[in-house]
Amino acid sequence: MSGLRTPTAPAAPSGAAGSRRNGGGRPRRRISARLFPYLLLIPAVLAELLVHIIPMVTGVWVSLRELTQFFIRNWSQAPFAGLANYRVAVDFSAPVGNALLHSFLITAAVSALAVAGAWLLGTLAALSLSGPTFRGRGTLRSLFLVPYALPMFTAVMTWSFMLQHSTGMVNHVLVDDLHLFSKAPFWLVGGNSFWSLLIVMVWRTWPFAFLTLTAGLQSIPGDLYEAAAIDGAGPFQRFRAVTLPMLRPVNGVLVLVLFLWSFNDFTTPYVLFGATAPAQADLISLHIYNASFITWNFGLGSAMSVLMLVFLLVVTLIYLGLTRIGSSGREGGGRRA
Amino acid sequence: MRDPAWVRWGRRTVLTLLTLFTVVPVYVMLVSSVKPLKDVQSAFTWLPTHITLSPFVEMWQTVPLAQYFVNSAIVAVCSTVLSVAFAILAAYAVSRYRFVGRGGFLTAALSTQMFPGILFLLPLFLIYVNIDRATGLNLYGSRTGLVITYLTFSLPFAIWLLAGYFDTIPRDLDEAALVDGSGPLGALIRVILPAAMPGVIAVAVYSFMTAWGEVLFASVLTTDQTRTLAVGLRAYASQANVYWNQVMAASLVVSIPVVVGFLLLQRALVQGLTAGAVKT
Repeated sequence: MSGLRTPTAPAAPSGAAGSRRNGGGRPRRRISARLFPYLLLIPAVLAELLVHIIPMVTGVWVSLRELTQFFIRNWSQAPFAGLANYRVAVDFSAPVGNALLHSFLITAAVSALAVAGAWLLGTLAALSLSGPTFRGRGTLRSLFLVPYALPMFTAVMTWSFMLQHSTGMVNHVLVDDLHLFSKAPFWLVGGNSFWSLLIVMVWRTWPFAFLTLTAGLQSIPGDLYEAAAIDGAGPFQRFRAVTLPMLRPVNGVLVLVLFLWSFNDFTTPYVLFGATAPAQADLISLHIYNASFITWNFGLGSAMSVLMLVFLLVVTLIYLGLTRIGSSGREGGGRRA
Repeated sequence: MRDPAWVRWGRRTVLTLLTLFTVVPVYVMLVSSVKPLKDVQSAFTWLPTHITLSPFVEMWQTVPLAQYFVNSAIVAVCSTVLSVAFAILAAYAVSRYRFVGRGGFLTAALSTQMFPGILFLLPLFLIYVNIDRATGLNLYGSRTGLVITYLTFSLPFAIWLLAGYFDTIPRDLDEAALVDGSGPLGALIRVILPAAMPGVIAVAVYSFMTAWGEVLFASVLTTDQTRTLAVGLRAYASQANVYWNQVMAASLVVSIPVVVGFLLLQRALVQGLTAGAVKT
């Protein structure tokens, strides 16, 4: 850690020098005052450079190289490959490209449905808990945040146990309690795994939508509703004429954040299915991870990552253009999936 | 303005269903952690045949859980402390100074949040391996490397939220401190930080939770000695037969500190979120 502490050291003396020594020369003080904000930024910038910026540039560079297991130790010597890795990644008639396209389509489908589900549940919960207070409202509010507070891997582990074929709770309910199936279905292999993944993702993310929308609802002035009620609007019309338009900026950012989370989700499939997910639930992050670390073909893996990033950038920019949420309506962050 | 009956019943239905959806997995975790082994290896039952605490005892022997715990605690605490410290300094600069590159810094920091983790993972792995070879530092497979990685995951959001929070604190306060003869850093520590405590707490909880639950980078950047809980719990699944009661007991123990912390600090968290986010 000593390497990290050194950059902060100069900040302290210069900060003290800035104002304590009133006898100091003026030009010197002005220079240190102008440099001061930059000194404050040094630790954050260094950390970001090391973990985000430099790796990103390196990632693009690696994607243009033939970086296979033979060059891990001396990767700067990996032969230049031009766009060969990209050609392999987008050649949809060959197995590698075809699997990538399939994984991309699955990811897009799961993300769209997960965003819709999380937004719907979050909106219903936020609306149900807003308005006149009742007994137990605070308890419910805290309770609904539990899935979001739980460490992701423990929650997904629990779902994995619930979805087990012969010992799981889900099949027990469906087969023994409700008699909906005569034979217990499999939930973690085959076509059903898509729906299992979707349900776990929604369970994970809807509390965040609920939290965000609750904050959004609290910022709507009450007299708008009173005015609508005086005009004879029923609850449904009030929702359409007041709530939805007022929540537009919050919803705009919320949907984007939920989409990026779902699309980048790695933890859920990785913990739910083990290292290799069934084809029907092969999310793209896990797919690239396996393509890179199982075969040690980093060049190809990086090319796939860059393509994924380009897609996300294009979608985000189009979305921001369509919804016109600039830097004004902001609510976001949240945990990296 | 009384709601019609369909709204009241709709509200009750929604809240009941969502409560079930939320509670059932938590209940399964709780009840399975006190079941004897033969219960979790046969068909699921809502109640245990008899209650036993042995899973909580045996789970420490099945996998090196204590080691994982220590690793996770060290990594999460260190990355939280550093992330919050770096974020306070950066947010102070962003909130109180106008300088060239301020907007660019904020935009760049926030946009890193949308990038897929897998994009950084491969190059970061390569960079750490090569830094180790060039300098003899130990970043790959060590807790240090993980701490540096995790602190940047929460940093952008922390800076953005704290800057918003600092903006709500009147400048007269730090001006007064400066007049009294403390330097800018003194004003930050003595005046601004106490006033911004809810924001700092919210950011600290967020950073801790991020580090405590991260799986993707931990799966590549740790070795057997430095494994964190997030990837260590999978070791149960690699046993010949999975002791699900122990897995659930371990999950429960791992979750308790985070959930309790989250719920205790929920008010500060929501307050911090809304103050930082709803700046009009």
